[in-house]
Amino acid sequence: MSAETIAVSIAGAAYLIAAILFIRALAGLSKHETSRGGVVCGIAGMAVAITATLVLLLQAKAIIGVVLLAAALVLGGAIGLWRAKRVEMTAMPQFIALMHSFVGLAAVFIGWNGYLAPGEIDHALEGVHRGEVFVGVFIGAITFTGSIIAFLKLSARMKSAPLVLPGRNTLNVIAVLIFVGLTAWFVAAPALWMLIAVTAVALLLGMHLVASIGGGDMPVVISMLNSYSGWAAAASGFLLNNDLLIVTGALVGSSGAYLSYIMCKAMNRSFVSVILGGYGIAAPTAHDAQTQGEAVEVHAAEVAARLADARSVIITPGFGMAVAQAQYPVAELTRMLRERGVDVRFGIHPVAGRLPGHMNVLLAEAKVPYDLVLELDEINDDFAETSVVLVIGANDTVNPAAAEEPGSPIAGMPVLHVWEAEEVIVFKRSMASGYAGVPNPLFTRENTRMLFGDAKARVEDIVRALAELRVGSSR
Amino acid sequence: MRIGIVAETADGETRVAGTPNTVGQLVKLGYEVVVERGAGARSAYPDHDFVASGAAIADHDTTWSADVVLAINAPADADLARLKPGATLIAWLSPGLNPAIVDRLAELPITALALDVVPRISRAQSMDVLSSTANIAGYRAVVEAATEFGRFFTGQVTAAGKVPPAKVLVGGAGVAGLAAIGAASSMGAVVRATDPRPEVADQVRSIGGTYLPVEAEVEKSTDGYAKATSEAYDAAAAKLYSTQARDVDIIITTANIPGRTAPILITAADVASMKSGSVIVDLAAANGGNVVGTVPGQKIVTENGVTIIGYTDLARRLPAQASQLYGQNLVNLLKLLTPGNDGQLVLDHTDVVQRAITVVQHGEKLYPPPPVSVSAAPPKAAVEASVAHESKRMSTSARLSLVIVGLTALAVLYAVAPAPLPQHISVLVLSVVIGFSVIGKVAHALHTPLMSVTNAISGIVVVGSMLQLGSDDWTVRVLAFIAALLVSINIFGGFSVTRRMLRMFQKEAKR
Repeated sequence: MSAETIAVSIAGAAYLIAAILFIRALAGLSKHETSRGGVVCGIAGMAVAITATLVLLLQAKAIIGVVLLAAALVLGGAIGLWRAKRVEMTAMPQFIALMHSFVGLAAVFIGWNGYLAPGEIDHALEGVHRGEVFVGVFIGAITFTGSIIAFLKLSARMKSAPLVLPGRNTLNVIAVLIFVGLTAWFVAAPALWMLIAVTAVALLLGMHLVASIGGGDMPVVISMLNSYSGWAAAASGFLLNNDLLIVTGALVGSSGAYLSYIMCKAMNRSFVSVILGGYGIAAPTAHDAQTQGEAVEVHAAEVAARLADARSVIITPGFGMAVAQAQYPVAELTRMLRERGVDVRFGIHPVAGRLPGHMNVLLAEAKVPYDLVLELDEINDDFAETSVVLVIGANDTVNPAAAEEPGSPIAGMPVLHVWEAEEVIVFKRSMASGYAGVPNPLFTRENTRMLFGDAKARVEDIVRALAELRVGSSR
Repeated sequence: MRIGIVAETADGETRVAGTPNTVGQLVKLGYEVVVERGAGARSAYPDHDFVASGAAIADHDTTWSADVVLAINAPADADLARLKPGATLIAWLSPGLNPAIVDRLAELPITALALDVVPRISRAQSMDVLSSTANIAGYRAVVEAATEFGRFFTGQVTAAGKVPPAKVLVGGAGVAGLAAIGAASSMGAVVRATDPRPEVADQVRSIGGTYLPVEAEVEKSTDGYAKATSEAYDAAAAKLYSTQARDVDIIITTANIPGRTAPILITAADVASMKSGSVIVDLAAANGGNVVGTVPGQKIVTENGVTIIGYTDLARRLPAQASQLYGQNLVNLLKLLTPGNDGQLVLDHTDVVQRAITVVQHGEKLYPPPPVSVSAAPPKAAVEASVAHESKRMSTSARLSLVIVGLTALAVLYAVAPAPLPQHISVLVLSVVIGFSVIGKVAHALHTPLMSVTNAISGIVVVGSMLQLGSDDWTVRVLAFIAALLVSINIFGGFSVTRRMLRMFQKEAKR
């Protein structure tokens, strides 16, 4: 056996080990207790894969390549570690969107290189190879621009309202048709301009798909792009004839798809139409149907007194809590109430925040013990036995219209049944509708009290009032 | 505009359609308010309190000639004649039970709004006088029962011996029933309740009652009221009431069906089987009664010592409270009708609530309104069922053909595609299957770390760009270098931020 075949077989075995380690990494995340071990598996898998490839490079005596790789790893690693350390937890959505775009762009470049330097390819496989170049570039480019737009929207560098171009579904279909047509042509008679054209079309399509989706649907968009980035990696695997890339890409792709599916269920939307991006649907015209009736206002001191007497309290946060940075005072409030013997728990709707699981991370950062933080299904039956519910920065996810008004635009969406509690305190800046533009009859219910103003300031007021209460009672 | 709050003239009426509190709110809405002299006397609201809230005191004629007249009972003919043309009358008109009043109102050039027919939708709850009155009646029923019942409600262990708690059965868990359950259980009684709508079970439990289900088929209510139920149900319910009657000390019945005679829940035999000293309060007395032997408006005692209370004026027995709630219902309605907060009343018939309560407008009869179908308990089950049904119908034929098409395509692909492709597809498909089963187990709380970890491992494309770095072409090298650079940000950034997040998740420290 030559040194080369030995290196190739060692690399093949190493790739298999890496693939298994990646699966272990994802499986580790099933529980809090095993999650850190999972990440270690992931890191080990990546190290094994990179080392094995490095051996292949060294064996081929591609010294320049090794040097470039080292430079890329050091530079990229430094940037990555620096950003990972600095990023605010509230900014995680845009951070993740940006990382998706990197995978997309890398897949585009790998696809281009696959055309520019095809290597030794069996004649029978030439057509297949060209097709793979196109598919890889197409998915990669969509992921790239889509993620960039998502990043811009999430970091508020771009308006989050959906872009509605006339005949936008037609535009998407045309883009796909151009892609199919060009792919067929390229397979038969390749030319550089076709590759440029398909890249341009895919870049535009990616922009358009995400630009036409509103800010409120961002959890779905992010998971969808997560999925696309996986498929882009898998397409690169096909192109490079590399099973590890296919396995990893498929894992990531199905992970993103599964998350999108959960998000869709949580928002009562069709999965297929979301994946295709053409689902923004007509923007709800509910502005004329403003909730009528009167909202009753309450002040922080009264809320504090009420909370002090409560048996059990459930807090249902939404993205508004993150915007106001209210998670720290909320954690403080939780601690104080628990010291007084009040049972405090959190109810998290799957689409609360801009990222699946975002609220959990924010609460964890503020040191709320994770066993107090429950999911929609775990906590929904407990609202009826709850004294007070605090709705902080959430709106559509606690809208009773979804459960009670079949004509409502969000009818059928699973929501937190906060209104079943004895009393609901809603923290809100004003009486405006939520992201979905749907009026919320919760605000005018008999057992609802509105606490207007900045969520952080109001929660801090309550914390202060509670502290005073304690002083009073100890005298 | 000027609002007139009139003194009620009906026999035995103790309430008034406004209180100093609600008058203050009406003034805030921009109205000028006049209150008839002595209107609040029987509900303990003296004239000077009204004046302090910003109202003027006026005589009978002046009050009745206001632009908007607020009353409780349907006015007498003489008072109707005092209404000025274009005036709006808002009162408890019972247009369904009393078609004559609708006809008479239609002869006048006025607008008449019946507060007792607001649709049962959540938005209109704040102006539903039936709810507020039923609430009072349910509470008062318990007070009346406690007055007649010669024992404690609550169980006690005293030096003089042990006292068992009173057992109360509430028939019908509507607003009145729930109020009765709440009042009785807060006095310490053991409270049981039954209702044809199983969806109220949770509400019963939430205020301290035990729900007794009747095992029989029931129709689902879509308008928020209980409907007359089937024979099988009636038989089962009758049995339940008979069993309970022998056991409990107090029965409060609240089964009213709008516009119909109330159903009999407690038969003469049931009453005869009750212990001496037991009390029955029949809240449906005005509609014929739920109990055999009820005399509307009277309290009677049967031969075996059971007291049956058939008062029809329970709300009037709490006049200050009833007036306040009724007045607040009116304020809530007027808020809806005064969109500009400028004291100008505007009726908008495109709004279902406003349309539903308008009985007469400028001599035109507008009752009954077109039906509004809403529900206190959502017809969610029905919707879900039909959706599920539809998707099933699609899938039975479509799924089979899809499977056949898929299998054929797969076979063709494997036959045609050159060597490595079928293997790659096998790997891809198997990985997708593994991916779905693994990801399905990931805790919801860890979805953000999941995304960042997948970000990191999708950096595996670095392997691809590494292989291309070995090329001799500089264009290829540069592109591969950029790709490697970008994904190394992913690899290091992704793993590092995931570790950072996971470190934050702390379990509650043991105290």
